[in-house]
Amino acid sequence: MTELKLPSIDYAALAPTLIMLGAALLGVLVEAFVPRRLRHVVQLTMALLAVLAALTMVVLAADERKITIGGAIAVDGPTLFLQGAILVLAAMALLLIGERSVERGGAFVAQAAVTAESADDRRQAEGKNGLTEVYPLTTFAIGGMLIFVAANDLLTMFIALEVFSLPLYLLCALARRRRLLSQEAALKYFMLGAYASAFFLFGVALIYGFTSGVPGRPAGVDFATIDAAVTNSPASPVLLFAGMALLAIGLLFKAAAAPFHVWTPDVYQGAPTPITGFMAACTKVAAFGALLRVFHVAFDGARWDFTPVLGVVAVLTMLVGAVLAVTQTDIKRLLAYSSIANAGYLLVGVLAPGADGISGTMFYLVAYGFSVLAAFAVVTLVRDADGEATHLSRWAGLGRRSPFYAGIFTFILLAFAGIPLTSGFTSKFAVFGPALEGGQAWLVIAGVLTSMVLAFPYLRVVVMMWLSEPGESTPTVAVPGGLTSAALMIGVLATLVLGVAPAPLLDLATGAAEFVR
Amino acid sequence: MSDFPFLSVLTVAPLVGALVVAFLPRSRPELAKQVALGWSLLVLALSVVMWVSFKVGGERFQFRESYSWIPNWGVNFTFAADGIALVMLMLIAVLVPLVILASWHDAESSKRSVPVYFALLLVLECTMIGVFAAADVFLFYVFFEVMLVPMYFLIGSYGGHQRQYAAVKFFLYSLVGGLFMLAAVIGLWVVGGKTFDWQALSQVDISTGTERWLFLGFFLAFAIKAPFFPFHTWLPDAGGAAPAGAAALLVGVLDKVGTFGILRYCLPLFPDAAKWFAPWALALGVIGIIYAALLAVGQNDLKRLVSYTSIAHFGFIGVGIFAFTTQAGTGAVLYMVNHGLATGLLFLVVGMLIARRGSALISDFGGAGKLVPVLAGVLFFAGLASLALPGTAPFVSEFLVLIGTFTVNKPVAVIATLGIILAAAYVLWMVQRTTQGTLNPALTQIDGMKRDLNLREKFVVAPLIALILLLGFYPKPVTDVINPAVQATMQDVGRTDPAPTSGGTVQEAAK
Repeated sequence: MTELKLPSIDYAALAPTLIMLGAALLGVLVEAFVPRRLRHVVQLTMALLAVLAALTMVVLAADERKITIGGAIAVDGPTLFLQGAILVLAAMALLLIGERSVERGGAFVAQAAVTAESADDRRQAEGKNGLTEVYPLTTFAIGGMLIFVAANDLLTMFIALEVFSLPLYLLCALARRRRLLSQEAALKYFMLGAYASAFFLFGVALIYGFTSGVPGRPAGVDFATIDAAVTNSPASPVLLFAGMALLAIGLLFKAAAAPFHVWTPDVYQGAPTPITGFMAACTKVAAFGALLRVFHVAFDGARWDFTPVLGVVAVLTMLVGAVLAVTQTDIKRLLAYSSIANAGYLLVGVLAPGADGISGTMFYLVAYGFSVLAAFAVVTLVRDADGEATHLSRWAGLGRRSPFYAGIFTFILLAFAGIPLTSGFTSKFAVFGPALEGGQAWLVIAGVLTSMVLAFPYLRVVVMMWLSEPGESTPTVAVPGGLTSAALMIGVLATLVLGVAPAPLLDLATGAAEFVR
Repeated sequence: MSDFPFLSVLTVAPLVGALVVAFLPRSRPELAKQVALGWSLLVLALSVVMWVSFKVGGERFQFRESYSWIPNWGVNFTFAADGIALVMLMLIAVLVPLVILASWHDAESSKRSVPVYFALLLVLECTMIGVFAAADVFLFYVFFEVMLVPMYFLIGSYGGHQRQYAAVKFFLYSLVGGLFMLAAVIGLWVVGGKTFDWQALSQVDISTGTERWLFLGFFLAFAIKAPFFPFHTWLPDAGGAAPAGAAALLVGVLDKVGTFGILRYCLPLFPDAAKWFAPWALALGVIGIIYAALLAVGQNDLKRLVSYTSIAHFGFIGVGIFAFTTQAGTGAVLYMVNHGLATGLLFLVVGMLIARRGSALISDFGGAGKLVPVLAGVLFFAGLASLALPGTAPFVSEFLVLIGTFTVNKPVAVIATLGIILAAAYVLWMVQRTTQGTLNPALTQIDGMKRDLNLREKFVVAPLIALILLLGFYPKPVTDVINPAVQATMQDVGRTDPAPTSGGTVQEAAK
């Protein structure tokens, strides 16, 4: 029996995570003790302050490079960069979540337990204030994501996965309107997410088996042990390959890569739009952060084995996203397929060897996060008496009714299409450049070809908005409250600035592109 | 004065003007037009000063400026102009004020914001200047793509029949080409050692296979842009749907980016691949000349007809470029200028005719010359210039292309000459059916047809007619600027002119 020794814990390095989780716990207490009418303000302020505090801690720790809590958490360049990205994007998402002036009571249901489509449901939809539990849930999810990108062993990663996934499943079900759709989305997401988690866990078990028997090292699932085992484990490589594949399934599910993407359109469509934006931006950052770490740190030695397979997944993802986006008639589903295609481009970055691939992927994640949040912010504004008007035909002539917001949305769509002077172009360059340098011309060509396909649906929306005449049913654009305006402006400005002057963020990403091992 | 940052100022100035115009109140359309016109004249004045300070026979690239942009990728704001770029910049500076003047009432018929129309024209001018002035491949690509956006809205928002379809087709075609080029740009960046500087890249040795792929990536984008057969199908739609002024810029300048790109990027950066692909490119050029001319003969829509004639002319330019002789190359560049003037004029005049009749169909006209004699005369002149009648500027360039090609490739030159005959057919037949013959009685019922050219329209056509005649009789100022740049380009490709077989007449003609 070996003596149990407590690992040393560097609390300062963990501060961002601790702040977010602490704020989430406080948020639960607020639900219990603060009067109902104050909760919204208190919760939103607290969540934003927590994000701000955590962000400050991340910035203060910018030069920190260490592994702490007995090897469970790695604080290094990618961790800090991605944590910072998650926090900034989460702050924007929180602004959207907190908006209550666009729709009376906010985008969330007042009582989740009310039967959908009942008389009570209609009453609550008419303007009762939405649930405030969304704030602690979101804060928990953010905390989980912060751990997820920092996890240095597979078990920690799994726990973080669950910590950020469970609140998301719940949040998806809380839309104020079209609740059946919302609940269906949540259930689908939960069921498939549970499968994915199971795959992940099974993969962890196989990898654990693979690491046993390495001379001079106990078996384990921390990345250093796995890295050592990849090159000199006596165990059958089948264990490694099967384990890697199962792990990848779990992670690719969260990243919304084909063929594990089927939940994405339904969930993006059904979830309350602020939550969709939150998932599209922050979950992507977290999932790709984890993918980067797992494949660059733990399985780097097996690069030649996984690259072709993941390359095929990337091509498939781009293809599925681009081709199916063409057929969509709902703006949220269109954005969902576009996010799938973007997952493919991000995978190209993950597969690019070396620091340039890492920094390019991280740059892409930030740039895409800003744009996609801004896009969903516009979606929350285009509405009629029944809530958001998401069917594309309803957007006809929007450019005449409200040229300002149509202009903003056009700009974002041009960014998605990769037109220069937007972040969409610089970020594509940031991942395609290293990929081509790493000799993966086929991935770049697939990326370019699918970009062409993808340009069509974006353009169709632009045509709808500007070149069609407004019809009877063209919805109005609600005047956004201060919160949505702020989020929208941040997103659009970031899309422009990262397209025109990407150098500062690129510097930051390049400086952060080294993992501690 | 040569230290003045001409190129960056010329690029930025129209953009500033566009912002000013765009924020003028919608209720003051006249003010927006005047400001836009004034601004474009300012750009013209600056361009003239630049032309004067360009040292003929000096360095190949002049007015070079470079500012760091994205150091991580080695991207700089590098501007520089050789003779080829200089004449194109001059062409833009001349055409834009005329187009603004010609489009004075175009935007009003569309029920859309008038200031925005003129702002878009100025944004387009900014991107067009930028694309010719850039000496950094990344910067070039940025302008190349961004150029699509103002044009897309000009066609889509202010165009005529089928404008949505035409705008989307234009955008998608160009974007597809652009994305192929993007892949090639990234590839070039990787093999070139992470730099985008044109001069550094032109020194890089690339392995044969890679070079061919990269050449194809660039060439495809430029062939779609130009457009060469068989990538031309978007142009008749876009040209037919765009408002006449925008169409004049589209065909007169925007499409030249394709041929300019081949001269500036495909040949010097990938000389061996260019030689290897040259027979194919020549074939495309020749097919384009004949095929587009035949289609032009059969058109019943005036703007589509002019678009098809342009495709035929682009075939000539392509042949001139890929013949790899200085005469043909100079002819091709001169053709780019002359075509901009002649087809620009033709588009504007046709636009005036269409605005009066309210229809673009040739069959709706007939004998219009009896009602609007001056307009009909200008149309006839523009047609003659377009078919390269001796004495007009296009004749010089077409002749140079043909003799330059004949010295190295007789069959191509002979077939291309057939295009001249077809050009006579489509132009003269078009003129005959619209302005000559018996008067179509329907025309007398239309008020517009009772008004001949007014003073504004005369101001639009007069400078173009003057330039076409001037360059027809005395092209030397322009060829002197073009010639060294073309010679340098041909040296990059490693081709020297064949020795003249009978005296120096051929060389003389090039001078």
